Amino acid sequence: MAYSNKVIDHYNNPRNVGSLDKSSSEVGTGLVGAPECGDVMKLQIKVNRETQVIEEAKFKTFGCGSAIASSSLATEWVKGKTVDEALAIKNTDIVRELSLPPVKIHCSVLAEDAIRAAIRDWKTKQGEPQPAPATAGKTTA
Amino acid sequence: MSTEVLTRDLAEGNGHADVKLPIYMDNHATTPVDPRVLEEMLPYFTDKFGNSASRNHVFGWTAEEGVEQARERIARLIGATTKEIVFTSGATESDNLAIKGAAEMYREKGNHVITAVTEHKAVLDTCKRLEKYGYRVTYLPVQKNGLIDLDDLKRAIDDKTILVTIMAANNEIGVLQPVAEIGKLCHERGVLFHSDATQAVGKVPMDVQKMNIDIMSISGHKMYGPKGVGALYVRRKNPRVQLAAIIDGGGHERGMRSGTLNVPGIVGLGKACSIAQEEMPAEIKRLGGLRDRLKERIMGRLDEVFVNGTMEHRLPNNLNISFAYVEGESLLMGINDIAVSSGSACTSATLEPSYVLKALGTGDDLAHSSIRFGIGRFNTEAEVDYVADRVVETVNRLRELSPLYEMAKEGIDLASVKWAAE
Repeated sequence: MAYSNKVIDHYNNPRNVGSLDKSSSEVGTGLVGAPECGDVMKLQIKVNRETQVIEEAKFKTFGCGSAIASSSLATEWVKGKTVDEALAIKNTDIVRELSLPPVKIHCSVLAEDAIRAAIRDWKTKQGEPQPAPATAGKTTA
Repeated sequence: MSTEVLTRDLAEGNGHADVKLPIYMDNHATTPVDPRVLEEMLPYFTDKFGNSASRNHVFGWTAEEGVEQARERIARLIGATTKEIVFTSGATESDNLAIKGAAEMYREKGNHVITAVTEHKAVLDTCKRLEKYGYRVTYLPVQKNGLIDLDDLKRAIDDKTILVTIMAANNEIGVLQPVAEIGKLCHERGVLFHSDATQAVGKVPMDVQKMNIDIMSISGHKMYGPKGVGALYVRRKNPRVQLAAIIDGGGHERGMRSGTLNVPGIVGLGKACSIAQEEMPAEIKRLGGLRDRLKERIMGRLDEVFVNGTMEHRLPNNLNISFAYVEGESLLMGINDIAVSSGSACTSATLEPSYVLKALGTGDDLAHSSIRFGIGRFNTEAEVDYVADRVVETVNRLRELSPLYEMAKEGIDLASVKWAAE
């Protein structure tokens, strides 16, 4: 399968690879997917409590090139956004930006889930009670 | 220039200066045509273009001579006689003819067929088709090493069993099934034995007499012959095997496979067999050496890397490895100047990881992480070294990117994590 240039660029030069201190109260961690499905994404955000702005984002992904690119792009996009703005990112935006083929749409879904899971984790840490995950079958581990 | 040949001098100066890229190391998928094969084929497209079934002029006779010489060469390679070779379009057709042909011909004797779960789809899907027609099929499991248990086979044979179909060499993990023992057992029990030997013929010694094989599928393009041509060995004596045709028409190939013969292809297949026969001992040694070198240079430098299937009974040119915590397709993307295959779901049309690896008891996670290397006649030691370096470098890079590797290093047991299944 031929990848789009943007996927190849993110794969070769992934943005924001790494980890933040998951025990920090400012950090939200989302871990979605499963090894037996061939995709696991960990996306972390560091949020300024006053401004609600995501100041840092990091990811690590086990998965195909499209999964790596989707999560790399997700970290790029959430950085500098407020939590609410980040929640507005849709998987379809990722599909469009990376020109993902239909068989790779699940990679973008996973990236959207990872953003939501990270924000949910951060909000829980801020003492906001969180409803059960909206997407069935996806949780933060 | 249509295929640009790149040369790359790695900055590290680690001795890969003259390796030509891309490197083809996917020789279980297909092999390049050996130039000696092509040379013999070419006149059969032009001067010797005749139809081998034309009995009344020199064009037909010339084509027929080419076909008959090829038949002899194939027969010699596998210990058969010329009348036992039926030409087909390839191993998929050969498998279909063998299994459907035997099932139909021996329907009155019984309706039970035995195969194994790691067979090629050409066998498995043909067996599934038979089930729709009312046949009963037993799919034998394989052991962790990829081989069937002969006791399982013994137990599976009953008085309705007409055919056992077990491959000689597996196309993904290269393991060699104990065909001689299977053949012996089948003959003792009066059951026909078909073997899909697509990956084995021309690579390792195959002798239908010594191995008691009754029907055997052969492919041209897996042994440096052309695509679109194959053969089926059909035993004529002890026992005499009869197959119902699946392609009817002009009665070619003793009625078993109608259709004008693919003369250039057949000539190529014949030449490929004669080269294989001559060079096999040396080639087994050379490719086995390269394969072991590749294995050492990868496994000696990476932790948590696993070979799939036994190394003891295996094609000399096959290596199938799982790289824990790294997804196969992303690994292929990282070594995009090297052509290999992965058992990852992302590389398959079905989005399921390799059923062969799953059958060995390899977890889905490791099946997603597998790479198949198929070393071939035209690979060099320098290429093997380059491939090993690129694989090691890419696996390390992707592990730095892998949350699973990070968790494993933190001492988290990944099996204990409650993953949300998709």
